Amino acid sequence: MIRFIARRVVSLALTLVVASAIIFLALEVVPGDPASIMLGVNAQPDTIAALKEELGLNVSRPARYFNWVAGMLHGDFGISYTYRTPVRDMIADRILISLPLAVYALLLSTAIAFPAGILAATRRGAVADVSIMGSTQLGIAIPNFWFAIILVAVFAIKLQWFPAGGFPGWQDGFIGGIKALTLPAVALALPQASILARVMRSSLLDTLGEDYIRTARAKGLTTRQSLWRHALRNALIPVLTIIGLQFSFLLAGAIIVENVFYLPGLGRLIFQGITQRDLIVVESVVMLLVFAVVMVTFIVDVAYAAVDPRLRKR
Amino acid sequence: MHNRRNLYIGVILCAMVLLAALVSFFWTPYNVTELNIAEKFKSPGMPYLLGTDHFGRDILSMLMVGARMSIAVALIAVGIGILFGVPLGLFAAARANTLVEEVIMRGNDLVFAFPALLIAIMITAVFGPGAVNAIIAIGIFNIPVFARLSRAAALSLWQRDFVLSARVSGKSGLRISVEHILPNLLNLLLVQGTIQFSLGVLAEAALSYVGLGAQPPVPSWGRMLAESQTFFSIASHVVIFPGLAIVLTVLGLNLLGDGLRDYFDPRLRQSSWNSTS
Repeated sequence: MIRFIARRVVSLALTLVVASAIIFLALEVVPGDPASIMLGVNAQPDTIAALKEELGLNVSRPARYFNWVAGMLHGDFGISYTYRTPVRDMIADRILISLPLAVYALLLSTAIAFPAGILAATRRGAVADVSIMGSTQLGIAIPNFWFAIILVAVFAIKLQWFPAGGFPGWQDGFIGGIKALTLPAVALALPQASILARVMRSSLLDTLGEDYIRTARAKGLTTRQSLWRHALRNALIPVLTIIGLQFSFLLAGAIIVENVFYLPGLGRLIFQGITQRDLIVVESVVMLLVFAVVMVTFIVDVAYAAVDPRLRKR
Repeated sequence: MHNRRNLYIGVILCAMVLLAALVSFFWTPYNVTELNIAEKFKSPGMPYLLGTDHFGRDILSMLMVGARMSIAVALIAVGIGILFGVPLGLFAAARANTLVEEVIMRGNDLVFAFPALLIAIMITAVFGPGAVNAIIAIGIFNIPVFARLSRAAALSLWQRDFVLSARVSGKSGLRISVEHILPNLLNLLLVQGTIQFSLGVLAEAALSYVGLGAQPPVPSWGRMLAESQTFFSIASHVVIFPGLAIVLTVLGLNLLGDGLRDYFDPRLRQSSWNSTS
């Protein structure tokens, strides 16, 4: 187990190093020098030079890369070219919206998918199964931003149950924050819940066909007992992988949905950074999201290996 | 016959979209680039079957022309995925348990660490928004999907007797991959290609919705939604129809994918669409 974790940590570190290099190089190609863009066309050469020094742009490319990475390891993401404020502070504000949104959506999607998937698997071929599977086909096909627009029209504009967009801030109370995140979370959760329900169903159908379920039934357990005590636990393994993967889709999907609801989260921050050519912000936020995805995958992998020793050999 | 239901519905939906796109090259009910403010927000019916938008453009005509963009972007993106992913996967399988395989598979994991939208956003940050960059972004994300699929399938094929006999007769790894492994992968690739196609349509819509895809005046479904969403309360049809076009296309492709899988391999009928997004 320790060897397995050690190998995974090495591969995790390698992935992060390569990913950071790719992100850095990709944005190095962008034409234009941030210091001259910030100061405009009439800037004096010595002002530009001074600003370059302040931003740490006056050193060689490899040195800048190492400064960027070393800074991030210390929690220092550099200084925004546009706002002259630390990127760390900008990210800290935004993550308080994006992270709760992703978690909220994940909880919603799990809360919908589990009962739906279990019901469909246990009533295989019946009306409940067919209608649940039909709805999931539809759920996968609906683009989340379109669903979001319709949710706003119905629940925010017509019924006025939820705000149409924006974010009041957590300091104004938890309920207000949750209300502002509810429609975005529902929009994000719909496709994920559909996928998860299908995975849950097929995984449960696989385990329900196993010999140990027949044994459990033979020793006198009812269908319900064998489902809850034996089948469900084993069926959860693939389901948990998908939940881990979905976290990254939720973070990425949030980029779009945050735009529909004008939520000042990480996604909006990236777009803002692109339109304002504030590349240090784009770089750092993309790296942060990649880091989050890689870490979640790592944790899921290790958790599996802890549960199932067969997986450690890989 | 009941089992072919998915296949039939999928074929019909996909054929409708394809036909609309093809017909739009020769004929659309109205000109999509002509603005006619006097005719704005006309309700669906006659003479505008699906109504008009805030510039008085015919929505049906825009949807027909927009279908071209969805199909072109998704098709080329899937093509990129197959063109690069399949050889990588076959190569990794032919060199199983070597450093080459390890490097290819870790490279795949690396690409997977970037959600597709992030790749797209980075590419547009560097090269600017546009349909070509959207294609590249979605295509890059398709490469590891096809590489993993073809490696996994090829690995099991390499254990089969017909491959053994090919090796005994002195064929090289390359020839075996091309002549014996690849033909056996075609069904799988077709099914996966259909599903990636549907994800491509969704991704293209999302990218053009946030303004990173096709640029005006080329109509695209995602941008139609972006432009019309504020008018929902005035004229809901301007939002409903472009969304429905996306839903029906994606639904059609997914049903087609499911139907094809059942058709090729009836044993897999129970298992369903999963883990491929």
